[in-house]
Amino acid sequence: MQTRKKYIFLTFLASWLLLFLFGGDQLRRFSFFSGRKAEARRNWPRWTDRSLLKSFADAEELPRDGDPSLLSPRERRAAWLSVYRGSRCRMETCFDFSRCEKHGFKVFTYPRERGQPVSETYGKILSSIERSRYHTANPEEACLFILSIDTLDRDHLSGQYVRDVDEKIRSFPLWNGGRNHLIFNLYSGTWPDYAGDLGFDIGQAILAKASFDTESFRPGFDVSIPLFSKEHPQRGGDRGWLYQDSVPPRKKYLLVFKGKRYLTGIGSGTRNALHHIHNGKDIISLTTCKHGKDWEKHKDTRCDRDNIDYERFDYQELLHNSTFCIVPRGRRLGSFRFLEALQAACIPVLLSDGWELPFSEAIDWGKAAVVGSERLLLQIPSAVRCIHPERVLAFQQQTQFLWDAYFSSVDKIVHTTLEIIKDRLSPHRSRSRFLWNALPGGLLVLPDFSTHLGDFPFYYLQHGSSPSKKFTAFIRAVSQGGSLSQPILRLIQAVSGSQYCAQIVVLWSCEKPPPPSGKWPQTTVPLTVIQGRRQLSDRFFPFEAIQMDAVLSLDEDTSLSTSEVDFAFSVWRSFPERIVGFPTQSHFWDPEQGRWGYTSRWTNELSIVLTAAAFYHRYYHSLFTEYLPAGLRELVDGLAACEDILMNVLVAAVTKLPPIKVTQRKQHKDVVAQQAECRDGAAGTPPPGQRSPSAPHSAPARVKGTAGSRRFSQRQDCLNQLADWFGYMPLVSSQLRLDPVLFKDQVSVLRKKYPSLEKP
Amino acid sequence: IMCASAKYNTRGPALIPRMKTKHRIYYITLFSIVLLGLIATGMFQFWPHSIESSSDWTVEKRSVHDVPVVKLPADSPIPERGDLSCRMHTCFDVYRCGFNPKNKIKVYIYSLKKYVDEYGTSVSNTISREYNELLTAISDSEFYTDDVNRACLFVPSIDVLNQNALRIKETAQALAQLSRWDRGTNHLLFNMLPGGPPDYNTALDVPRDRALLAGGGFSTWTYRQGYDVSIPVYSPLSGEVDLPERGPGPRRFFILSSQMALHPEYRLELEALQAENGESVLILDKCTNLSDGVPAVRKRCYKNQVFDYPQVLQESTFCVVLRGARLGQAVLSDVLQAGCVPVIIADSYILPFSEVLDWKRASVVIPEEKMPEMYSILQSIPQRQIEEMQRQARWFWEAYFRSMKAIALATLQIINDRIYPYAAISYEEWNDPPAVKWSSVSNPLFLPLIPPQSQGFTAVVLTYDRVESLFRVITEVSKVPSLSKLLVVWNNQNKNPPEDSLWPKIRVPLKVVRTAENKLSNRFFPYDEIETEAVLAIDDDIIMLTSDELQFGYEVWREFPDRLVGYPGRLHLWDHEMNKWKYESEWTNEVSMVLTGAAFYHKYFNYLYTYKMPGDIKNWVDAHMNCEDIAMNFLVANVTGKSVIKVTPRKKFKCPECTAIDGLSLDQTHMVERSECINKFASVFGTMPLKVVEHRADPVLYKDDFPEKLKSFPNIGSL
Repeated sequence: MQTRKKYIFLTFLASWLLLFLFGGDQLRRFSFFSGRKAEARRNWPRWTDRSLLKSFADAEELPRDGDPSLLSPRERRAAWLSVYRGSRCRMETCFDFSRCEKHGFKVFTYPRERGQPVSETYGKILSSIERSRYHTANPEEACLFILSIDTLDRDHLSGQYVRDVDEKIRSFPLWNGGRNHLIFNLYSGTWPDYAGDLGFDIGQAILAKASFDTESFRPGFDVSIPLFSKEHPQRGGDRGWLYQDSVPPRKKYLLVFKGKRYLTGIGSGTRNALHHIHNGKDIISLTTCKHGKDWEKHKDTRCDRDNIDYERFDYQELLHNSTFCIVPRGRRLGSFRFLEALQAACIPVLLSDGWELPFSEAIDWGKAAVVGSERLLLQIPSAVRCIHPERVLAFQQQTQFLWDAYFSSVDKIVHTTLEIIKDRLSPHRSRSRFLWNALPGGLLVLPDFSTHLGDFPFYYLQHGSSPSKKFTAFIRAVSQGGSLSQPILRLIQAVSGSQYCAQIVVLWSCEKPPPPSGKWPQTTVPLTVIQGRRQLSDRFFPFEAIQMDAVLSLDEDTSLSTSEVDFAFSVWRSFPERIVGFPTQSHFWDPEQGRWGYTSRWTNELSIVLTAAAFYHRYYHSLFTEYLPAGLRELVDGLAACEDILMNVLVAAVTKLPPIKVTQRKQHKDVVAQQAECRDGAAGTPPPGQRSPSAPHSAPARVKGTAGSRRFSQRQDCLNQLADWFGYMPLVSSQLRLDPVLFKDQVSVLRKKYPSLEKP
Repeated sequence: IMCASAKYNTRGPALIPRMKTKHRIYYITLFSIVLLGLIATGMFQFWPHSIESSSDWTVEKRSVHDVPVVKLPADSPIPERGDLSCRMHTCFDVYRCGFNPKNKIKVYIYSLKKYVDEYGTSVSNTISREYNELLTAISDSEFYTDDVNRACLFVPSIDVLNQNALRIKETAQALAQLSRWDRGTNHLLFNMLPGGPPDYNTALDVPRDRALLAGGGFSTWTYRQGYDVSIPVYSPLSGEVDLPERGPGPRRFFILSSQMALHPEYRLELEALQAENGESVLILDKCTNLSDGVPAVRKRCYKNQVFDYPQVLQESTFCVVLRGARLGQAVLSDVLQAGCVPVIIADSYILPFSEVLDWKRASVVIPEEKMPEMYSILQSIPQRQIEEMQRQARWFWEAYFRSMKAIALATLQIINDRIYPYAAISYEEWNDPPAVKWSSVSNPLFLPLIPPQSQGFTAVVLTYDRVESLFRVITEVSKVPSLSKLLVVWNNQNKNPPEDSLWPKIRVPLKVVRTAENKLSNRFFPYDEIETEAVLAIDDDIIMLTSDELQFGYEVWREFPDRLVGYPGRLHLWDHEMNKWKYESEWTNEVSMVLTGAAFYHKYFNYLYTYKMPGDIKNWVDAHMNCEDIAMNFLVANVTGKSVIKVTPRKKFKCPECTAIDGLSLDQTHMVERSECINKFASVFGTMPLKVVEHRADPVLYKDDFPEKLKSFPNIGSL
C-alpha cells in the first residue's frame, strides 16, 4: 500500500498547490500576508538626504521673475486686443468697458424693424429687457446692445430661421464689429451634427446661448442660458412643485426618464442605453423610437416592446412622483427636461457630457443636481441610491430656490444674464458665489448697496452675525411748515425714549421749508431733517442719513408708546428679513369679480403691515428704489396711496413669508390732531382719521366721505396692478400676532416687562 | 486545460486501488508534468513582485543619488503638445476610477528615476525639495495606492515644478516612456513656474499630450476649465517664517506693495498713487546697500528705511499682488499668510483653486486699466468686510497655501470631486473659515415653505400606564380639525395596551406602537406611521388644551415649520453666583424653550434626534429618564439658529385645580436636575444654542374688542 500512500500524498500535494495558486492570489491579499503587506505598502521613500534637496526655485528667483526686455504692460494689453479675438474673446479684449463708465450699466435694444417679425420668445426677451431697470432708449448711453433681429433659432431647416443676418448686421451703424453686443440663441446648428455654428459672424459679441458646450464656450465672456419653451411665462412664473419637506422623500420612484430614443445620429449613444437601468420598480426609464417621419426604417428589435411600455406611464405623473429625474442630452446638449425637472423638485441627474451648465458662472449646480457622466450610466442607480436622505432634502429645496430665483420666467432668465455680465464690469462690486447660491438669490442682492453679508437682512444665520442692536426712527412729515404738530412732537418724544433708538431722521415732504433747528424738541439722540422730493416713493429712498440696519418707519401722526416700540424692536431682531409692525390689512381673492380684493377691516388674517408704523431692514429702501423698475415707482407715485402696499409686496416677493404684527394699544393715530396738511398733489397723505384701519369704524363701507372710498378703490387697484406687474400675487397671509409673553395674563403687572401695552 | 486536469486529479484517489501497475508510470508522469507546470506558474507569478519590492522600495535608507539612471535615446518619442480642447469627458479615462463606496480616487506615483540623455547629461534636477514634499504628502494620504493596476490617476516623479530647471524636449521624452503613459491619459503634472523668456507662456511648455496640468500661472487662454487645476506658486518663506495670526482691524498702512521686480510702468503708477495719498501707501523695493550676510529676500526698502519681509506685510490692510513676467506670484502666498487682503492686478489670471475657492471673499481683483483708481476702489469697501477678508485670506493660506502638502491634497480633492460629484465637498466646507463654520448655521429646512393645511398633523402620545388620562387626551385631541392620525407610543413592556374595543372611537386612524424598552427617546423616533410633516408631541396627562388652541398651534407651526412651536414655555438663565446655567419655569417675560409635553415640530427633527444627536446625549437622557424635551430644544436651536415659538397664554395643562404652573413637580430636586441637563447639554454642544425671545404667538384678534363668534380661534384659554 506504499504506492497508494504515495499517490495520495502526490494528489494532496497537487491539490494544495492548485488551491494555493488559484485561490492564492486572493488569500495572499487578504488573509495570511495582510499583516506583512500593510507594513510593506510601498510608499514614497523617505530619502536620507531629503533635507539637502534644492528648492524648486532659488530664493532670488521667485521674487524676481521680471524681465525688463519684456513688453510693457500697456503694449502687452494692446497686443492682446489683436490676438485674442473671435473664439478667444474675453472681456479684457473684446469688450469696451469705457462705454459703461459714464452712465453705468445701460442696455439698448435696437428698434424693431417693420416687416421683420420676431418670434414670440424673442419678443419676450426684448420686452424683459425693455422693462428692466437697465434699459435705455439712447444708444449713446448704452453699455450693452441687443439686436432686434431674432437670433434664437439658427437651425436653417427651421421656419423661424432668419436669412442674411450678416448683411443686415453690417448695415447697422452701431454694430461696431459686435463689440458690447449680446446675442441670444436657443438653437444652433442642424442635422446631423448640431454644431454650435450660428450661421453668421458674431464678431466680438457676447453669446448667451442654450446648450453651450464647454469647448466653444468662452469662459468669463459668454453666458450659458437654459433652453426654455415658447410657453415660458414672461414674468412671475409658476412656483415649484415642492410643497412639503418630506422625510424620507416619500416618492414612488427613485429615478425616472421618459423620452425619445434616437435610433441614429448624434446623441443616440446615451439615449439608446437608457433602457438598461430600467427595473420596472423604482427606476423607470422609458424610451420610444417614435420620432421623425421615418423612424420605422431604423427600427430595431427593442422598439416595439419599448413603445408599448412607453405608453403605460404618464410623463407628468413620473415627474411628480420621482426623487431623481434623468436629464440626458438630446440632439443638442441641453433639453427642456432640465427646467421641467427643476420645477418639479425632481433632482436632475445630468447625462450630458461637455455641457456648460446654465449660468454656471454664478450657480453652484453641485448643490441642486447630480452631474453624471454619460459614460457611467450604469453606475447612476447605485450612485443615487447612496445619496443620504438629508442631502436629498437639501437638493430638493435647492432646485426650488434656483427655479424660483433664476428660471421660472423669461424675465428672470434675461435679468440673470444681464446681472452676470454687469458683475464682470467691476469685480470688486460684484456678487460672491455665496450670494448667488443662497436665498433669496443674486437678483435680489444689489452689490451696489454692499457686498458684505452682514449688511443684508438675509444672511445673519449663515454668517453667524446678528442685526444691529439699535434702530433709526424715520418719520415722514407732511404737516404745514412753520410749526410742528402736536402728534409729531409726542412721537419724537416717545421714540427717542426707547433705549434702542440710535437716531431720528425726519423726512420733510412739504413745500414749505422745515422749521429751524431750534424749534425741534431736544432729544437724547441725534435728529436729522432731510428735505424730500415730495414723491410718495421718496419715503423708501435709501437716504445716507439712515445709519442703522433697522428702520422704524413712521407717519407724523402715528401714535406709539415707548414700550410698544421697544417690544416691536425686540421682535424685529428675531425676524430681520420681514416687516414687523402694528396696524395691518389683508388681501383676498374675490372670485366674483375675478380680481384681488383688499380690506382694512378687522380680520383673522393679515398680509400687509402699514409702513406708518413698522420696523424693517434698511436694505429694503435700496431694493425699493434701485431694484424695482422706474415704471413701477411712477405707478405708485401716481396712485397716491399705494407705496406701502408696494413695499409689502416687494418684501413678500423677496422672503415668500408674511409680515409680522405685534401688539398695539387701541389707537395708532391721533384722531384728535386734525392737522391741516399740505395737500398739493402727490405729496399729501389722506386725512389721518381715515387711515387708521385698526379702528373698527374705519371699514371702508362706513366711510362716508368720497375721499375715503376713492382711496380704498385706489388701494385695491394698486394691489391688482402690482399683482399684474409681478406676474403673481406675492403677498402671504398670516394668522398670528406676537404679544409679550405675559400679555394680559392674570398676574401682577409688576412681573410684566411691558405692562403699558395692556392699558386700553 | 488547467481546470480540466485538476478535475481529473481530484478524482484520482478513488481510482487508484483498482489500477494496474503498468498505469502507474503513466500517472506518475502525468503528476510530474502537472507539478512542474504548477511550480513554473507559481514562480512566474511570484518572481517579478519580489524583484520589484526588494530593489525599488523596501530599502528605506536610500539617497536620491542612488536611484536608477534611465538613458533616453535621442529619437525616443515626444508626446503631442497639450491639447487645449481636453475636458474630463474627452481626455480622461473615467473607467479607471470605478465606483467605490469611499468615493476616493486612487493615485499612483511612479518610482523615482534619474533621466539622462544619450551623452549622459542629466535632463533635470532629479527632484526638488518641494516636489519631494508633495509626493510624500500624496503617498501619505488616503488617495495613495502602490498598485499601478488599481490607480485612477498617475503622478510622474519627474519634477516639472519649475520649467527653467529642466530641458523641455528631453523631459517630454522621459514622460512618454513612463510605463502607463498612454498619451498622458490620467496623468497629473504639477508645475508652478511655467514659461520662460522671452514670451513666458502661461502654461508648462513641456509637450504633455492629454495629461492634466496643475499649474501655477494659468491665464484664461491656457486654462482648460474643469480639466486643469490652478494652483498657487508655493512660497518657501511659508515654511521658514512663522507669522502669528494678527487680529483684524486697522493697520499702519492702507496699501502696500512689496514686490521687487515690478515693471517700471507699474512702479510709476504705484508711485503716482503714493504721491496722491501720502503715507498710507507704501511702495517698497529691493534694498541696495545691505551689508553682507543679510539675505536680500528678507528685506525691503523704501528710500533709506529698511523693513523686514514678510513681517512688513502685516502692517498693511491691502497688499498689491501685481503680475510679473508670469501671472502667478509667490508673493500672493506671503500676503495671505500675513492676513493682508491681496489686491490682485493681473488681467486674465486664473486664481489658485478658483474652481472651488470664492476669491471675492478674500481678495480684491482690479483690472490693470483701473490701477489709478485703486485707492478709491479700496476706500469704498466697508471696514467690516475688510476684517472678514483679512480673516478669510489667512484661512485660505492655512488651508490651501501653507505647505506643499496642502497644495497637493487640495488639487487631488478637486479632481476627486469631479469624478464623484455627488460626494463632492461643498462650497461652505471649502470656503468657510473654522470660526464661521462654528458660529454659522445651515438650516436643513431652509426653503421658505408654508406647508399645505390639508396635510394635517400626527399626534404622538407617549404613555406608560395612565390609561384613563390617556383616553381623555385622545378624545380631546381628536376634536382638532387638522389632526390626521394619532399615534400612541406604548412604553410599558410589562403591561399590554387595552383591548381595541376599549379605546375611544375617533374619526382619524389611531395606531398603537409598542416599544421594546421603556426609553424616553421612543417618543422622538421617526416612526414610518408618521406620514405628515407636522408632529404634535403630547403627554398623556395634558388635558387642558382646547381644540382651538391646538388648531391654532398647528397654524402657527405652518408659518414656522422649522421651529418648535409649543405651549409650555421655559427659560434658561445664567446664574452669576454659581457660574453656570439655571433652568427657570417661573412667570418670566422671556422664553427660550418649549416643552415637548405639548409641542408641534417637523418630523425631520425626529431623524436628527434619533440619528444625529451629538455626543452621548441620547443615551444620557434615556439613562436619566429626564430632559428629552430640553435635548430636543437644544438640537433644533443648534441646527436652525432660531428661537422657539410659544403659542397662546396657556400655562396650566394638567388640571384646572392645580395651583402650580403645571403638574410637573416644581420641587427643588426637579429644578436642580433640569439645570444639570442644561449644563450638560451646553458642554456637549460646546455652545449655548438656545435663543431667548420676549414674544409669544396669539391669534390676530386675541383679546381684542371684537365679537367672539367672528374670531377664528375664540376658545383660547387665559391660563
